[in-house]
Amino acid sequence: MTKRIVILGGGTGGTLTANRLHRHFKHHTLQGEHVEITVVDQDDHHIYQPGLLFVPFGLAHHQEIVRPRQAQLHKDIQFVLQPIDRVDTERDTVVLEDGRELAYDVLVIATGVGLATEETEGLTGPGWNERVFTFYDLAGATGLEAALAEFEGGKIVVNVVDMPIKCPVAPLEFCFLADWYFTERGIRDKVEITYATPLDGAFTKPVASAALTSLLAEKGVHLITEFNTGEVVGESVDGESPKLIGYDGREVPFDLAVVIPLHSGAAYVGRSEGLGDDLNFVPTDKRTLQTNAKPNVFAIGDATNVPASKAGSVTHFEGEVLVDNIIRFLDDKPLDSTFDGHANCFIETGFGKALLIDFNYETEPLPGHFPSALGMPLLKESRMNHLGKLMFQWVYWHALLQGRDIPGIGATMPERGKNHPESTSHDTEELTV
Amino acid sequence: MSTATMAGVEVRLNDEGFFEDPQQWTEAMAVEMAKADGIDTLTDQHWTVLKFMRKEFFEKGTGPTVRVLGKTSGVSVKDLYLLFPKGPAKMAARIAGIPKPKGCI
Repeated sequence: MTKRIVILGGGTGGTLTANRLHRHFKHHTLQGEHVEITVVDQDDHHIYQPGLLFVPFGLAHHQEIVRPRQAQLHKDIQFVLQPIDRVDTERDTVVLEDGRELAYDVLVIATGVGLATEETEGLTGPGWNERVFTFYDLAGATGLEAALAEFEGGKIVVNVVDMPIKCPVAPLEFCFLADWYFTERGIRDKVEITYATPLDGAFTKPVASAALTSLLAEKGVHLITEFNTGEVVGESVDGESPKLIGYDGREVPFDLAVVIPLHSGAAYVGRSEGLGDDLNFVPTDKRTLQTNAKPNVFAIGDATNVPASKAGSVTHFEGEVLVDNIIRFLDDKPLDSTFDGHANCFIETGFGKALLIDFNYETEPLPGHFPSALGMPLLKESRMNHLGKLMFQWVYWHALLQGRDIPGIGATMPERGKNHPESTSHDTEELTV
Repeated sequence: MSTATMAGVEVRLNDEGFFEDPQQWTEAMAVEMAKADGIDTLTDQHWTVLKFMRKEFFEKGTGPTVRVLGKTSGVSVKDLYLLFPKGPAKMAARIAGIPKPKGCI
């Protein structure tokens, strides 16, 4: 008998899960049974997504951040290149678009999220990819590089349409880098940068929000809060400049708009009975990563609805618990419910500096040092954090995707080194999607 | 935290005026809060949204975001803003007696 593990998605979560499982089952049999691992994806382009932020500023190039998916997987892992039609959880079968069926004993949903540009009126209308861009995909980030290079002055608005989004700090980083970029070009005084967010501050968690709001002000970035984008008018109409129109009637005029569109789970999730929620995210136990759909279906990364950031670091930390639980499930052992929502993100702030934040389900990002009192500064600009961010790309391809542990950075959030504020009322408050 | 008297009953509110205990809420209180917020009459459509928000809160532990409301409540996002001009998710949550919908991370 062979046990079949099918993993949908060959991105960060799918790749590291497949490689970790492969390494385990190379050395351990499952009660004498052979384990076969299959990864399915609709294309063979694995994008290093943190690199997308750097493309518009000419700091990273297309070729550097894309590699073939299959090449990141151990050669004994099967790779199927085909779009997914649906998952039939009753029959434990994945149906592919070409009609092929893959039966599984354990399924892992790792298909991340997509951009739902069509859900915002006017977003992809006149002006799209001319003066209205996103940097959340490769085509957009590349188009934006040319648009920024030609930009000689005027109003730039960076707009998050709604949460949740991947890497919630990336739009802020874009503002900080734009401030640096136009300063370097000597035209910063001719460029007005505005950040329009649906949140009531720069970020979701109070201590980090206050720090990031001050940083925006320091860098001369205007902040518009509680802005819910109703419509994007990407061309001049009757002599009026292009603008964002909020549902509440507020208008934000622009010469160049950088919009982070709505995010949704993969479309096949919506076509699969009982698998996803209203936005095609997969309801998943936030501690064990088992889905609510069926005990043999697990999920990892951006595809889930767990109340953690949609970020590669979260996915990496989830991988350890997920793989352990798949092995436990196949062994008929109780699941390990230890995933704590750990996230760890560098926030590029321009001029060769970056911030670092480290948090989990219960503890918001706090000042201090990581991973202990002698480590990198938290919630504070430093050159060391910037170098950490640059070095991370190597770590991503060579350690993280291979499913190796990164020395000094464990799945569980380190408590030591963090300075708690006097009032700890926020620490126990859990933020959910 | 503070207390306020609504429809003749003392209720506990947080600093932003949201109910501390959603079980204290009654429809008569919603009518009072809506008036104070400039909504003279709660129409059937208002009630559809308020009841939907409470149902979601008790089922899922958090009130829905505007986007989920627009997809699932049967009222479009545009109409939600006409009904609750100060921002549907927050304003409707307050009038529905549930905590402020929590932001994402």
